[in-house]
Amino acid sequence: MWRRTRKASDFGAEIEAHIALESERLQEQGFSYEDAQTEARRTFGNVTRVQERFYETSRWPAWDHFWQDIRYAARMLRKSPGFTAIAVLTIALGIGATTAIFSLVDATLLHPLPYPHPEELVRIEDDLPGAGATDAGISIPEFKDLQRSGIFQYVVLEIFGSANLTGVSQPSRMQYEGVSPAYFAMLGVKPELGQTFDPQDQTPGFTLDVVISDGLWKRAFGSDPHIVGRSLRGDNDLYRVIGVMPPGFRDPGRTVGERNTEQWAALGFSDDPARGPNRSLRLPLETVGRLKPGLTVAAAQSQLDALVASLREQFPDDYPADSKWTVRLVPLKENVVGNVRQSLILLLGAVALVLVIGCVNVANLLLARASARSREMAVRQALGAARRRLVRQLLTESLLLSLLGGVAGLVILFCMKGFLLRLIPESLPRLNDLSINWTVMLIALAASIAAGVIFGLAPARQAGRLNLASTLKVEGRGSKGSREQTRTRRVLVVTEFALSLVLMVAAGLLLRSFWDLYKAPLGFNPQHVISVQLWLPSPNDPNTDIYGTVAQEPVFARELLRRSRLLPGVQEAALGAEPSIPLHHDGNRSALIVEGRQTQSKQTPLVERSQVTPEYFHLLEIPVLRGRLFNDGDDENAPLVAVINQAMAETYWRGEDPLGKRLKLGAGRAGVGQRASKIWITIVGVIADARTESLANASVPQIYLSLYQETPKELAIFLRGDLNASAIPEEVRAMVQSVDPELPVYGAQTLNDAVTASLEQRRFSMDIVAAFAVTALLLAALGIYGVISYIVSERTHEIGIRLALGAQRHRILRMILSQGLGLAIAGAAIGLVGAVIVAHLMAGVLYGVRPTDPATFVSVALLLIAVALLACYIPARRAIRVDPLVALRYE
Amino acid sequence: MTTQETNERLELLQGTLDLLILRTLIFGAQHGQGIARAIQQTSDEELLVEHGALYPALQRLEERRWISAKWGISTNNRKARFYTLTSAGRKQLAKETTKWNRLTAAIGRILESEEG
Repeated sequence: MWRRTRKASDFGAEIEAHIALESERLQEQGFSYEDAQTEARRTFGNVTRVQERFYETSRWPAWDHFWQDIRYAARMLRKSPGFTAIAVLTIALGIGATTAIFSLVDATLLHPLPYPHPEELVRIEDDLPGAGATDAGISIPEFKDLQRSGIFQYVVLEIFGSANLTGVSQPSRMQYEGVSPAYFAMLGVKPELGQTFDPQDQTPGFTLDVVISDGLWKRAFGSDPHIVGRSLRGDNDLYRVIGVMPPGFRDPGRTVGERNTEQWAALGFSDDPARGPNRSLRLPLETVGRLKPGLTVAAAQSQLDALVASLREQFPDDYPADSKWTVRLVPLKENVVGNVRQSLILLLGAVALVLVIGCVNVANLLLARASARSREMAVRQALGAARRRLVRQLLTESLLLSLLGGVAGLVILFCMKGFLLRLIPESLPRLNDLSINWTVMLIALAASIAAGVIFGLAPARQAGRLNLASTLKVEGRGSKGSREQTRTRRVLVVTEFALSLVLMVAAGLLLRSFWDLYKAPLGFNPQHVISVQLWLPSPNDPNTDIYGTVAQEPVFARELLRRSRLLPGVQEAALGAEPSIPLHHDGNRSALIVEGRQTQSKQTPLVERSQVTPEYFHLLEIPVLRGRLFNDGDDENAPLVAVINQAMAETYWRGEDPLGKRLKLGAGRAGVGQRASKIWITIVGVIADARTESLANASVPQIYLSLYQETPKELAIFLRGDLNASAIPEEVRAMVQSVDPELPVYGAQTLNDAVTASLEQRRFSMDIVAAFAVTALLLAALGIYGVISYIVSERTHEIGIRLALGAQRHRILRMILSQGLGLAIAGAAIGLVGAVIVAHLMAGVLYGVRPTDPATFVSVALLLIAVALLACYIPARRAIRVDPLVALRYE
Repeated sequence: MTTQETNERLELLQGTLDLLILRTLIFGAQHGQGIARAIQQTSDEELLVEHGALYPALQRLEERRWISAKWGISTNNRKARFYTLTSAGRKQLAKETTKWNRLTAAIGRILESEEG
């Protein structure tokens, strides 16, 4: 794009000089002045053509035309501000929403793990399909085998838990993770301050060094720059801080709690508390590894399968054939994306549909304008404008429009960023901070350009195919567009309706699912119940553990319960282990060993277990079906008893009476549940199933033990009554700390909130899809309104004649409406086919409603047609109000 | 000059106009109309040069820096744009002339052998 060195006027002057010189020469030969002028011009040839050639050779015409087109387009857009505003807003909405959803998808699905070479990170899970157990934990010898296998750069074990943080201003509970020392080296992350663990460290058991999160550093240590070397107490044990992780670092855990880990401690996993070189002792640990560079997960899996096969041959006693022990590699990113992939793809699909509908709508508007401008186009072509040039100019207009829309969309998005971020539920797993980064910006830009081309093509093609003679003739008589334009616009409207129907069916199905879930009988009564959590320290040094024995903790528990009943407004109180909190998602599974079922003695299924005091079932109004509930006699001195739910009875004692059956439970979290794994427990009662584990699944097998017989470290206090939800946390804190000032109190919530929170993620996708569907419907209504208005205005003359000849007004109304109805029904019919396909694809996110739910399909289709009729009624009314005289004269 | 005469004149072969312009300018600076006249006269009115075609060619040669231009006053006191051959233009002229001579000689030999 070099600058032109010579001006066109200079070139023109040279030509004039030439003609003057030539004419003078001819006059010398005897021509008259006029003849000389004429002859000089004749021998020169076509002056304009020469000037054009100068123009074309002396600069880059494409660029020049482009600027010309841009200026022209800008002028056209300024001239019709209403059209421009609607078009730009429609595109801004489409692009803005698409960008927002894409940012979410980018941070969660596309780049779920913010660590170097994330594709090498895998979770290693042991399955015992013969015993019906998946992710059954790992034994220490197996861990050593994995480390030696040559498949991994690093293999680490990890265990999540929480600990009481003391030695700082206010005792609090922190989420910790015990990890092999190679953990941070495996992830490939560096600390912000200090250092992380030495990956070669072979110290058995806990080392006393910890790494803390940026959050804990700020919360508990006031961002102390000299934190490295300071000590903290976790469950009374003294630890030394050696490093602080950077602010953006989140742990790649599976739950919100795990991802918010605040402290990492190095564990040797070679001695206490990870005891014993026993192959069949599966510890409830998670195993994560980094594959050797260049190894795919599939290749690693086949090497691992070979290793497992040889181990099974080598140790037939530890791996009985009927347990079918296998080891499975799962890409670590599944921790993040596993649960949300479907919902996010659904959202992305929905937003893409809105963008497409928006584009179609704008194309429709552009077409309407194109027909108004077809006379202009015809005249310009008649004057010699190349068709290609006109097409390019129209495309430039639509591109400018879409780019404006894209930029406006991004600007709106930036302004609303804070608001939008608050809409995203906390339970939506992500390790990245959401940001609108360059990738996303580029994609938004590409989307706007694509949109511009797509919706610019139809009107541009039409301008290129204009039949000059007929257009000019017809235009002369004042009518407006061609038959073909009308046809294209009808096709566009049908498309809009079809796409809107797909979106609305999706939204309808989500709404039905949400409603079913919302209305599903919980099986327990969350009204007027508040749960508060506390954690009894479990120090590594048994001498400092004041709640260590069966004799000590029940004393504390009874005192806690007695004082809880005295709090203002409390009518009932109960205690339970943390997993007994309804809809608390950190479950606690234990291996189940049923007396007399020898085949499962070594490799066992896992069940959800928790411990509660006798008052628990009455407080939550969970009824007993058979046998009895706990009573105060089920204490530390009595034989161990258990209550199971109906689902567990169905699963393990189908057709039998579970009462009186005996079982043992494997150790749950480290240091908990030691008694239940050694002593037989007798089932004394069966309760009804309640949705305490998952709202979507009422029949999760669950077993409850008596809290006084099997004391948990993580306690929950349940209070029912006329409670002041804002005062309770402080009242309970004061009450607990009056017993032991070192205990943190946290996690106070009403059970109603817990129910709402567990619907959050579903609600999020439902809300968004519903908002998109409404937008789509409005756009489609706008589209059909435009087309019918156009048809009406085109036929004003004809309607006038009909009225003048005595046609009934309601017949004319019916005539116009039936046109709109035809379009809507065609759109709905096509949309229904698409909706059936989409509904089947989203079966996984539905609950309780079949993907082909006829009620949803029919009501959505009817709603769509009703809206279409309404949108047509406005222009149709205009048609019947036509005054025949005016209409005829108007032409 | 009748239409008949014009039709009998030779039209220029593609690409030869540049060569003729460069050749004409070897005698010194000249304006466009002068160049057109010179070509016509030197060829004994045999060649047809549409004057208009001259100017885009001049523009092209100027952009390639084979000629340079300057506004000046003609012999009969009119403003005109005068073109001068640059040294690059001289080299180009030599090259093109050789090429042309080889081409015509070759074509001539073929035509003569056909006749013979």
